Order: sequence, then C-alpha cells, then structure tokens
Amino acid sequence: MLFTSYEFLGFLFLALTAYYIVPKKAQSAVLLGFSYLFYFLSDGRALVFLLVTTATVFFAAKKLGELHASQEACLKEHKAEFSREEKKAVKEEFLKKRRKWLLFGLLLNLGILAVCKYTNFAIANVNGLLHFFGRTEEFSPISLLLPMGISFYTFQSLSYLIDVYRGKYPPQRSLSRYALFVSFFPQMIQGPISRYDELSATLYGPHSFDPAQLSSGLQRVLWGYFKKLVIADRLLPAVNLIIRTPEEYHGAYAFAGMLFYALELYADFTGGIDITIGIAEAMGIRVRENFIRPYFSKSVKEYWNRWHITMGQWFTDYIFYPVSVSGPMLKLSKWGRAHLGNVIGKRLTVWVSCLIVWFATGIWHGASWNFIVWGLGNCIILLVSQELEPFYRWFHSRVNLEDRFGWKLFRILRTILLMSSLRMFDCYRDVPLTFRMFFSMFTAGNWKVLVDGSLLNLGLDPKDFLVLLGGLFLLITVSLLQRKRSVREQIRTLAYPARFALWFGLFLVVLVFGAYGVGFDASQFIYNQF
Amino acid sequence: MEELLEILSELHPEVDFAAEQSLVDGKILDSFDIVSLISEINETFDVVVPPEEIKPENFNSAKAIWAMIEKLRDEA
Repeated sequence: MLFTSYEFLGFLFLALTAYYIVPKKAQSAVLLGFSYLFYFLSDGRALVFLLVTTATVFFAAKKLGELHASQEACLKEHKAEFSREEKKAVKEEFLKKRRKWLLFGLLLNLGILAVCKYTNFAIANVNGLLHFFGRTEEFSPISLLLPMGISFYTFQSLSYLIDVYRGKYPPQRSLSRYALFVSFFPQMIQGPISRYDELSATLYGPHSFDPAQLSSGLQRVLWGYFKKLVIADRLLPAVNLIIRTPEEYHGAYAFAGMLFYALELYADFTGGIDITIGIAEAMGIRVRENFIRPYFSKSVKEYWNRWHITMGQWFTDYIFYPVSVSGPMLKLSKWGRAHLGNVIGKRLTVWVSCLIVWFATGIWHGASWNFIVWGLGNCIILLVSQELEPFYRWFHSRVNLEDRFGWKLFRILRTILLMSSLRMFDCYRDVPLTFRMFFSMFTAGNWKVLVDGSLLNLGLDPKDFLVLLGGLFLLITVSLLQRKRSVREQIRTLAYPARFALWFGLFLVVLVFGAYGVGFDASQFIYNQF
Repeated sequence: MEELLEILSELHPEVDFAAEQSLVDGKILDSFDIVSLISEINETFDVVVPPEEIKPENFNSAKAIWAMIEKLRDEA
C-alpha cells in the first residue's frame, strides 16, 4: 500500500481513530493489528517472512536473556567459593552458549535476506565467470519473492538480537510487543532502522489523546507529502527519461539528470521519513530522526553523519566496530606495523574495515555491481579526506578561510556534487554506462541545452519548472529556519489566523500542485526497493 | 594515563584531552579515531577492547577510556 494512495489515507484515519478510542491497555494490540494489516495489504504473500524473522529473533533473544540471567545467578550463588579463574571459566562457558544462539538468529535471518535478495546476483556472477572461461552453459535466474522492507526489518531485528547478546538490555518478554517493534507500520516501507531501547521507550504507550500532539504529527505528515508529491514525483518523468535514454540524453543532460535525481531522492526519502515520524508522533511515539539537513554538509564525512543516519550508525555499530576490533584485524595491525612501518600499520585497520563496511553498505542497497562500486567510491572519498586532514590543518593555519561564507558555500556545493556524481551509479544501474555518462559531461560540449529550452522537452513544461523552483525555494527556506529550532514550533508562536493560513496553504499546495495528473503517477518510495 | 594522553594527542594535537569531557558526544572523536585508538590501546597496553565496550560513555574523556582499560585489564 503506497503512503501516497487514497487507501492509505483511509487506513491511517481508521488506525488513528481505533488507537485512541480503545482502552489504553489495548493500544499496542490495536497497533500490532493495523501493522500486520498494512503489511498484508501491501505485500500479503511475504507476511510469512516477517513472521519467521519475528519469531526466530524473539526466541533466540529470549534464550540469550535466560543465559545472561543464569550466569548472573550462578556467579552470585558461588560468589564466595569461586576463585577468579573459576568465575572466568563460568563466564566463558555461558558466552559459548550465548554465541550459539546469536549465530542461530544471525545466520537464519541473514540467510533469508541473502536468498531473497542476492540469489540472482550470485547466479549472474557465476554465469559471467562461466562465459569468461569459455563455457556455454549457464544457470537460469530464479523467480524469488523480495518481501517489502526486508532489509530494514531484518537489520532492525538483528540490532535487537546483538544488543541482547551484548547485555545492553534484557529481552522483551512479550511476543506481541516484540512483534510490534519489528512491524510498526509507519516505518515498514523505508525505515528508519530503529533501535529497540529507543523505540520501545514510547512504542507501547499508554498514550492519551492529545490534540496538539496529533496536529503536530499530522503537520509533519503534510510536509512529507509536499516533498514527495510536489517535488519528488514531479521530477520523476524527467529523471526517468534521461536515465532510460542515455544515448540521446548525455553530456549536459546527464548533469541535469544528476542534479534532478539528487533533489528527487532527497525529497522522496526525507518526505517518506517525515510521513513516518509524523504518523508516529501523532500517536505519541518517538521515532529517531534519519536526516539532519544533509545537503548543508561541508564534507562527505559530515554528509554521512546527516544522511540516512540510522543506517550509517547500524553499519558502524554492528559491522565497522566488530570487524575493526576482531582478532584477525588486530593481527593485521601488528603485521602492518612490523612490515610496513608504524605510519601505514596504524592506518591499516581503518582502511580495511572501512572497505568492508562500505562494500556491505553498497550491497545492502542493491544486489548489483553498481551499488558495490557506489559504496567503494564513498569509501575512497572518505579515506582520502581522512588522510588529507593534516594537509587541511596546515592549509588553514596559513590561509584563514574557514569562517568565510564563500568558502563554506564552496564546500557545501563540492559535497553535493561529489555525492550526486556517485549517485549516478544508482541512477544508471550499470557501471560502464555510468562512467560513460559521467565523462560525457566533460566531452559532449552541449551545455547550451541547459539554457536554450531543451530541458522543456523532458516531460516537464514551464509550469512544472515553476512549481519545482517554488518547491525548492520552500525546502531551502525551511532548512535554513530549522537550524535554530523546529519550524513547527516557530509557526506555533504565530497568531491563529497566520498559523491556519500557513498550514491550509500547504495543504492546498499539495492538493493543487502534487503530481497526480496525466503523465504523473504517485510512485512508490525509492528506498522501498532496498 | 600519560601514555594514553600521548596516544590521544597524536590523533588530535589541537585537543586538550586531559580536560575534554565529551569527546564522542562533542564529535571530536569519530569512528575512524576510535578504531585507531583501540588498535593503539591493544598495541600499548595489550588490552583487547570488545565491541560491546565501544559506547560513548567509555570514550567521552581520557579518564573514562583509562577506566575502561583498567577494567578490561582486571577482567583479563
């Protein structure tokens, strides 16, 4: 079910009404019922996958919790008689048992994700290798179901499992409450990837009906619809035309497409997250922010701290750190220091771990080489920036530019261009074609198409461009205002008529300028496919 | 503790690590710094920092890092 469909609006109305009219004790159950209904209506055949992940992770975490408790009880009972070595041996024994349950949960659920998402990618690569070695036989791709939001709910479940394994918090005792954590419908399509300790603090209520909270949440939902329907979906036909006909639209068109896609993806993804967080807020539930004005970042490192934050932190906490401090990596570091010198040896762990984590980030986004190259491109930029930091420090100690507006603007534009260029791998979904299109920007020499009206033949007429310019202006204004405090809070300080005019105005803008007409279809969110 | 302060100063010479109390929350140390630091801790103090110990409260100040090292040494 699309967030942008009329059915969803009806569903949301019913869910909110039911949530607030049932007794508070039943709110979690109602929310779970609506969450499963949402999943069933969106991707009914895949519901079984969601149920399997929920049940297996709940059960494995329950076992982990029992083992933690048994270990503590055993140590407490024999506190006086156990020597230091005996205590260590007990801990080691329980750790081994816990590790088995962790592996069971991890392997089973990552296995499901791997089979559903990566089987055909593996088959294509095996076929490629067979051709390379001159063999004519090949394996046929298999028709597989890709459950909606599988990457998001699997990662969210595994973060819970790993945290319970690490003893960060005890497992949830109630299966239905745990099931709600995994299936909470507003974040089912494209995250954010919530952490159990954060989301559970408000997920289970009870929540009293609060008109101010409801209206504040719905205001954010409206802002999300504005981004999605007025900006992202309006740009969609032009982006698709440029991407799908690269022979015709290259050079300056590729440059325009790159920028259009940067705006479309931002409006699409952040708009969807606004809808998610807004719906949760309307129910009194706090969902973690996933974006903090990423296009205002002055470096790629800063950008990744502000874009898809929950995904980045997931990869940092559950892949980057464990890989970096693992036995083999510490051995590699020692080997590096002994054989390559202290300077390189010290950095080796960071380089290799960074490579692994960005490979994983790339393949998480999609089962194809373009995403892997995109991930590795990000890795290279981050590592090069890291290694150049001493040079930057030296440069700024001699040239005082850091506080100048022009320098900040240059860094922001540079970051946007770097990130947008890398995202061309995501657009074209073909590595050689992406390189050709990227280099065509410098060789085609057709820059005049940006100003001679040719862009009006991309499926967008002058009115569409005016709407987009207006939308972009509003986006930038809101982002600038947000730097001090929430724009909704600022609007709340205005007189009632002004507040009403602003929100009703935005509602009308979405209604009138949303991309619904001929040639436009309210589309699924881009991150839904991940 | 002196050795730890030296390691930290090598990472960011401009920071007063003896006084700073929010190295992670204040975004002075990022994930790359923490991994480099853990590798140095392993090399210098022969202490393995497990992933579950990588949390802001253990890395927010030199004192907290030192306390973590001592705890891990004690448990080893």
